[in-house]
Amino acid sequence: MSGVFGLALVLAVWGGLWALNAWLAARGGRAVRLAVPAIFGLTLLLLWEMVVRLFGVPGVILPAPSAIAAAIGANLPLLWGDLVQTFFKGALTGYVLGCGAAVAVAVLIDRSPFLQRGLLPVGNFVAALPIVGTAPILVMWFGFDWQSKAAVVVVMVFFPVLVNTVAGLAASGAMQRDLMRTYGASYGQTLLKLRLPAAMPFVFNGLKIATTLALIGAIVAEFFGSPIRGMGFRISTEVGRLALDMVWAEIAVAAVAGSAFYGALALAERRVTFWHPSQRK
Amino acid sequence: MSSVVSAKNLNLTFDTGDGQVQALSCVTLDVARGEFVSFIGPSGCGKTTFLRCVAALETPTSGTLSVNGMSADEARRARAYGYVFQAAGLYPWRTIGRNVSLPLEIMGYPREEQRRRVKDVLQLVDLAAFEGKYPWQLSGGMQQRASIARALAFDADLLLMDEPFGALDEIVRDHLNEQLLSLWARTEKTCLFVTHSIPEAVYLSTKIVVMSPRPGRITDIIDSPLPRERPLDIRDTAEFIEIAHRVREGLRAGHSHD
Amino acid sequence: MSGAPNIAAPGAGIGRRGRLWVRAALLPVLTVVAALLLLWYAGAVWMNAQWTRDQAARAGTEVTLPLLLQDTLSQERPLLPAPHQVAAELYDTVIAKAVTSKRSLVYHAWITLSATLLGFAIGTALGILLAVGIVHNRAMDMSVLPWAIASQTIPILALAPMIIVVMNSVGVQGLLPKAVISAYLSFFPVVVGMVSGLRAPDAMQMDLLKTYGASRSQVFWRLRLPSSLPYLFASLKVGIAAALVGAIVGELPTGAVRGLGARLLSGSYYGQTVQIWAALLMAAVCAAVLVGVVGLLQKVVLGRMGFGR
Repeated sequence: MSGVFGLALVLAVWGGLWALNAWLAARGGRAVRLAVPAIFGLTLLLLWEMVVRLFGVPGVILPAPSAIAAAIGANLPLLWGDLVQTFFKGALTGYVLGCGAAVAVAVLIDRSPFLQRGLLPVGNFVAALPIVGTAPILVMWFGFDWQSKAAVVVVMVFFPVLVNTVAGLAASGAMQRDLMRTYGASYGQTLLKLRLPAAMPFVFNGLKIATTLALIGAIVAEFFGSPIRGMGFRISTEVGRLALDMVWAEIAVAAVAGSAFYGALALAERRVTFWHPSQRK
Repeated sequence: MSSVVSAKNLNLTFDTGDGQVQALSCVTLDVARGEFVSFIGPSGCGKTTFLRCVAALETPTSGTLSVNGMSADEARRARAYGYVFQAAGLYPWRTIGRNVSLPLEIMGYPREEQRRRVKDVLQLVDLAAFEGKYPWQLSGGMQQRASIARALAFDADLLLMDEPFGALDEIVRDHLNEQLLSLWARTEKTCLFVTHSIPEAVYLSTKIVVMSPRPGRITDIIDSPLPRERPLDIRDTAEFIEIAHRVREGLRAGHSHD
Repeated sequence: MSGAPNIAAPGAGIGRRGRLWVRAALLPVLTVVAALLLLWYAGAVWMNAQWTRDQAARAGTEVTLPLLLQDTLSQERPLLPAPHQVAAELYDTVIAKAVTSKRSLVYHAWITLSATLLGFAIGTALGILLAVGIVHNRAMDMSVLPWAIASQTIPILALAPMIIVVMNSVGVQGLLPKAVISAYLSFFPVVVGMVSGLRAPDAMQMDLLKTYGASRSQVFWRLRLPSSLPYLFASLKVGIAAALVGAIVGELPTGAVRGLGARLLSGSYYGQTVQIWAALLMAAVCAAVLVGVVGLLQKVVLGRMGFGR
């Protein structure tokens, strides 16, 4: 009987909040555009909490959002340490090295159409491969600590950024390149004043794809061996102990870190490529 | 008078996917200092190709071509001409002022000189108030005026213009034609101007070169008797209409070949 | 058999265009691949040399260059196995073993692939359905789409171990937990791509159908769906690659004994580097085939419909 009551209550809350959203969506406006997804997110959390409490779902299957929040609150130093290990040391180092190398290589092979025609298909091919699979090898080579995670990240982000940068360097129009020729501009001047700025929207596209890859690479590489800290390490050990509230806490931190990283890149993109039609207001 | 551009028996053949195309055939032409020469003809007649040869953006297959007494490529490296393309082609990430200073940066002008020249040429094309705006914030006509300013910035004696007003509507085009003429009168530059509009060619030019396609060649060269001082309503005079008629006849004769 | 088409001699079909293609496309790729192989060999010699020297020092023998080359390229557990060692392992586990054998790499690849394909199918179907809902319902659009886009910026792959373990603890094992991971990894790219695809028709095209008095479903079947296909295929390529990664990672947490991920894990436990590389190459081949098949489908379907011409 209480099961039926619980179900009715859950459905009622869902229906009510959905109706509210539908009503809001019909009006439009800037505030609504922010409020509707926020209400939807809160609805999901509320329903989650209700389902867990009303139906007595055990914490080893699905902990309630409140339990996860409690786990976050109780383990802040631990979570921070994991974040530093995995995100700042592993992912960020690898991201900077990998993206830097990719842009550098793209500029270096820029003068050789032969190398480009050879490297692009290979790069496109490699970009679609399950590169996280190289994690066990790189852990073997660079040890358990963050260096091996950074190495995995380097390999993961390199090709998407390379392919995008090469495409970007080819993006300036024939007319604009002719214009530089009429000025008698040197190769370096054309690269610096025309082709690199014109390539920026493409480069940022690659850099944004790479943010997610970097975090995934750093976390998954820890499944193959790590010191006793790090987000991937924590997830795999706490899963083993069925302490799912801690796993969800770690995932929540990863989600926040991931979107903050992406958001930072998107912000930088806005500032650098303000002139591009996709960024203009 | 010394000739600025001198072409003798110029030929240019392109290799395309389905065979060879003769873009220029036996083109012989002399342009004297201070002239305004229009090239008119249907698409494929080689008018743009000829302009690109003068700019050393294409290399003729045979024949001789000199610009300012040098080979075209030497002239390009000596920055002998300013080139205005069909589209403004301004860099969207630079302001109008910084777009105009682009050639000056490349040619290594000192900062102070750059700033002075940008101010001057923007004044010349009536865009002084828009120096700090970005190209996409301007209308098409204003963008094209900025691109003319860019071509004028380094003060080359020769101005090459490839259908610069082709994409603009007729009212804007009339206005720009008028401005271009007064600019030409004030600066005494030599202009080579590609167009497919008969009134535009007759209104602007001291000499009209009529071309026809397959193979691209010159079919008629008309020296205009119109005075250098030309208000817009000169286009209603009998003289103007007669020249326009002769150009149209020349174009039609070229067409009867295919 | 007399009606059989006349098959030209090898190479006869390669006309001017074919030779151009070889020179313009194939030659550079082959050069780069050859350079990579060469680098790989050089790396193998360089990385494995330490072990050879240590062994020689222990045995008190001198290491000559030919000996060094020979030894570094044929160690049992090299730091970096040489290409031919990996090739030998691949031959041994792909061709020499029966497909049903637990030591056949084909068998392990199939375990992973079946989870990938099942998950991909589920994820794509749900993704398309949600996209259709989002395009036709304003409330859904405003509520769900921002979250679907945001989900692409966070490492949702990190959920994988938990899904496996939780589903295990309620008695669901084997194919399904991995397929669930593959499904949600391919789900989000499909939603986002399909939504922009269904919105691809411009205002003029929509207005044209409006002047015909077309119904919503007519607009959907005749305009929105066909226009969305290029976008759909682009996200399918992303989705199927993600699905494979999901299936492989899904095999890590429980110490599974079957599948490519399991081969990677056991190889890394026992230091069997040759086995790791063979599994890795197999995974690469699987990814290439999956993405290739989707790409081929894309070419055929879009070509028939007149896109990309």
